[in-house]
Amino acid sequence: MNAEAVVFWVLAIVTVGSAAVVVLSRTLIYSAFSLLFTFFGVAGLYVLLGADFLAATQLLVYVGGILVLLLFGVMLTHKIYDLDLKTGTTQLAPGLIVAGGLFIILAATAVRTQWAGVPKPPAPTTGEIGRLFLGEYLLPFEAASVLLLVALMGAALIVRRRRDA
Amino acid sequence: MIGLSHYLVLSAALFSLGMLGLLTRRNAVVVLMSIELILNAANINLVAFSRYAAGNLGGQLFGVFVIVVAAAEVAVGLAIVLTLYRLRRTPNLDEADILKG
Repeated sequence: MNAEAVVFWVLAIVTVGSAAVVVLSRTLIYSAFSLLFTFFGVAGLYVLLGADFLAATQLLVYVGGILVLLLFGVMLTHKIYDLDLKTGTTQLAPGLIVAGGLFIILAATAVRTQWAGVPKPPAPTTGEIGRLFLGEYLLPFEAASVLLLVALMGAALIVRRRRDA
Repeated sequence: MIGLSHYLVLSAALFSLGMLGLLTRRNAVVVLMSIELILNAANINLVAFSRYAAGNLGGQLFGVFVIVVAAAEVAVGLAIVLTLYRLRRTPNLDEADILKG
């Protein structure tokens, strides 16, 4: 096993293991903190795939933004000191069957298909991504910025406490 | 030798775990976390295809857009969850049946 394989398997175990804790843990705060390790693992996989800009974005946006937001969600809907806070599961057996079947189908397809192509040696991507965003992909880029603005304003409007309520 | 199919199987595992969370959990915040798992799985696929199959940066650009949409989604989703909690004093999705006829 070369170094790439070792790193891949470590990252894969961290990512899938912590994702399993997120889904299966009955204590809400464990799920939230386990999600941190999932995001770190996925960022490591991006580095392994030669996507350095995307890995940095993953850390900044997911760990720095989305995870903090989810922790706020946990805190505002529960008492945070309530460590043995239990949240229920429902229909565990049918859910396991559906998700397991889906995994088997997807994994079998991925393994049995002959994928073409060999990877290129990794190169820095940030400059090229910036050029593409301000050139070929300018319209989606601007649309994404408008979407973010509208979504954040909408979120602020929804949670606002109404005066007359 | 780590190939494309390794990444695809890993992403399928992450997707299935997110799916399991969506199907079985009743807490709204955990459901949002499961959606994040699913979006991350899709992103791993996009980046892996971008490296192994396409040979250009298109997949990574899509990945950036997925992260943008995920940020917008979790902001609006949490706003709805908090409003629901204020209305019903519960984060439990089974009890959010106001629209049920």
